[in-house]
Amino acid sequence: MAEQVLMLALSPTMEEGTIVKWHKKEGDPVAQSDIICEVETDKATMEYEAVDEGTLLKILVRDGGQARVGEPIAVVGEPGEDISGMLKEAEQKPEPDASESAAPESDAPESAVPQVKAAPAAGAAGAAATTPSAPQVPAGELKASPLARKMATGHGIDIRILRGSGPAGRIVKRDIENALRRAASYGPAAAVGVQGPAASGKDERIPVSGKRKIIAQRLAESKFSAPHYYLRIDVDAGAMMAARQRLNARLPKDPAGKVSPNAFLIKFVAETLKKYPVVNSSWQDDAILRFGRIDIALAVAQDDGLITPVVRDCGSKGIVQIDRDLKNLIDKARNNKLTPDEYNGATFTISSLGTSGILEFTAIINPPGSAILAVGRIHKAPVVGDDGAIGVRSQMMLTLSCDHRVIDGAVGAAFLSDLKAFIEYPIDLLY
Amino acid sequence: MANYDYDLLVLGAGPGGYVAAIRATQLGMKAAVIEKDKPGGVCLNIGCIPSKALIHQAELMHCATELEAIGVKVDASGLDYGKVFAFSRKAADMLSRGVDYLLKKNKIDLISGEGIITSAHEIEVKGRGKVTGKNLLIATGSRPRSIPGFDFDGKTVLSSTGALMLEKLPKRVCVLGGGAIGVEFAHIMNAFGVEVHLVEMLDQLLPLEDEEAVDVLLRAFKKRGIKIYTSTKATGYRKSGKGVKISLEGKGGKQELEVDQILLVVGRVPNTDGIGLEALGIKPEKDFIPVGDYYRTSVEGVYAVGDVVNSPMLAHVASKEGEIAAEHLAGHQTPVKLDPNAIPGAVYCEPQLASFGYTEKAAKEAGLKFEKAVFPYRGAGKSVAIGKPDGLLKLLVGAETREILGAHVVGAQATELIHEILLAKTAELLPEDIAVMIHVHPTLSEGVMEMARMAEGWAIHV
Repeated sequence: MAEQVLMLALSPTMEEGTIVKWHKKEGDPVAQSDIICEVETDKATMEYEAVDEGTLLKILVRDGGQARVGEPIAVVGEPGEDISGMLKEAEQKPEPDASESAAPESDAPESAVPQVKAAPAAGAAGAAATTPSAPQVPAGELKASPLARKMATGHGIDIRILRGSGPAGRIVKRDIENALRRAASYGPAAAVGVQGPAASGKDERIPVSGKRKIIAQRLAESKFSAPHYYLRIDVDAGAMMAARQRLNARLPKDPAGKVSPNAFLIKFVAETLKKYPVVNSSWQDDAILRFGRIDIALAVAQDDGLITPVVRDCGSKGIVQIDRDLKNLIDKARNNKLTPDEYNGATFTISSLGTSGILEFTAIINPPGSAILAVGRIHKAPVVGDDGAIGVRSQMMLTLSCDHRVIDGAVGAAFLSDLKAFIEYPIDLLY
Repeated sequence: MANYDYDLLVLGAGPGGYVAAIRATQLGMKAAVIEKDKPGGVCLNIGCIPSKALIHQAELMHCATELEAIGVKVDASGLDYGKVFAFSRKAADMLSRGVDYLLKKNKIDLISGEGIITSAHEIEVKGRGKVTGKNLLIATGSRPRSIPGFDFDGKTVLSSTGALMLEKLPKRVCVLGGGAIGVEFAHIMNAFGVEVHLVEMLDQLLPLEDEEAVDVLLRAFKKRGIKIYTSTKATGYRKSGKGVKISLEGKGGKQELEVDQILLVVGRVPNTDGIGLEALGIKPEKDFIPVGDYYRTSVEGVYAVGDVVNSPMLAHVASKEGEIAAEHLAGHQTPVKLDPNAIPGAVYCEPQLASFGYTEKAAKEAGLKFEKAVFPYRGAGKSVAIGKPDGLLKLLVGAETREILGAHVVGAQATELIHEILLAKTAELLPEDIAVMIHVHPTLSEGVMEMARMAEGWAIHV
């Protein structure tokens, strides 16, 4: 009996995969666990292992072709088997466009981010967020032993790409061990994205992952299309740090840790954006989209790139709530668990390299936003005060990158200057 | 295509052979079992079963002390060991007939007589002629091992078989060999009032068991007056009056011990001689038949399981190996071999000891990163209520994976308690899965839950 080979969700956020290369030809025998093709996902290029045994009768999606998760990419069966019915069925699969309107059962995440829908220029990853996802196996319904799950988590393996060899197809320890062995012998691009040891001595050609491609594409697009200019201002962070200290002393001990300076910054930026809606806007070629909500992203470094989790609606949230949202998002980001609606569609972005000791830097605007704030290290510095006396203050350098198509210099300067005033004299927020 | 009398010919009707024959029959094969003695093998006739019957009687004797504690006067003077013996034989006979019945029920021919393999498809049964089979399974088991200078004579130097067949107990006995069999006999004899000296060559009784668990047993044995000699070798013996004088050589020097009988239980030898292996061209390695995956020998269609292959000499291991061989023969999906870390072992004495997987020492030697949790029996209320608070449950867990690496239980009902932990191991559950499962209160099994909680850092009753 012939079986369809379906596109699997090879990463937690994958909705669509590109066939990089078929390793088997039509007519080739296929054994269980054979690598039949390579698939590029939103995160990496992965090897696709055969689940069924038999002969590869038909390749439905050729090299370079794309398929959504759950769509057939090939047919495996007995040589000479009649698969015409199956092929007809595969052809009748609704086109992606049709499925968009005809998929009310889809629990696509777009409803959570209405603003993003109105922002078609959200970039590659952003676009993916607005398309409904095909059904994929939720990890909770997979049969896997607790030990296998634990090991998979420990090694960063997505168990959905594995085939279980235990009782009733359960994924067990040896399946994880086999996956690790494969990863070790095929290198970093293989199956599971396990980190290998650093190379030494020899030049190494590292294939660009889907994720790295997206980062490259989006940042190049932003930098080359949006005319950037930069504004820099020196801010006294003493009042903010003192307020933070008081807040942390007052709050019950949270196991997640103290409220971070980033939460304060996000709040000050949000309040300033309320005064300058033009900074909370997007260039749409024939229009400027003024966002109805303030969604601020924070750039977070990951092992294999960076990601910008978004705290939604910062204008109506307090610092403590922002901090909680942020911690939750950062935690997910570090574990590669962010869903597209959690990292797409920021209206403004903050990037901080202060913890790395960087004093000041310029950042590339994160579309669809029109400005990004680069935050340097808070450091003690001698400052000449208004009274002419030199004192030691906690200083912080802020650099704002603006898209000149949307934000003119004077507006950007006024925004930054008001932000400085708010940070230094928070009481001004209430006037 | 040659015609054979049977699809599978099994040589030996012990727990390896008869189970394999039944499993093969269940999977549609026609099988026969050749046995020179009684069906059931050593296990049923001169091993596990009669010894457990004796141990049960020993426990009853043991209860006398508990009864006395509540004022019941027990007069043990009328103890007739001959009746104890008869009880054990009755149990053995009953179960042997049970195997007979099972074979009949499954339409398996039991061919009585000594079988010698003459080719890969043929066994010559003495006095009955040739029987042919498409496949052969060798399950001829093992026999007690003797050591130079101590030949079994059935009077002074006894094997485990000899000890089980005693109708009268000696006053003093020296048990040579501190493995499971030696420890069990020491327990039985001590319970029936025999003066017991237990001698082990290595530095620990039950050398393959976890030291911390064995310590509990050791303390109990010493309290009951069993004399234990570890790191001690027996070098010889001589007759002396009514008894024998046995020479021991240990760390503390040489000494002589006067006893009535010597029980020599230093292991078992596979029965791989005189069964016709030469006809197959199979050469035993250290008396064991070499086997590969699915317990296949080097000869096509010939399998070997149980004590004749190099795996733990346990009845339940033989049975499982027999099942695997039969399933493979029938083309069923089956594991290639047993996972050595998932084989449970049990020692039936007071307290009981049961375990599987790594001991702490073995885990250290293997360089594993692990954590251990040791929960005392007395933390489970039931143990105190039934007057058996001595014992412990020990779990070894992988530090990162949380995988169960080994478990060691010593105390009341340990041989039953081990299975919940082993189920968790084989199903790849983690300690946290046992920790959160509700256990009936009060039970000894609560100790298993608490042990798992301890591994997770939140035991309640400790």
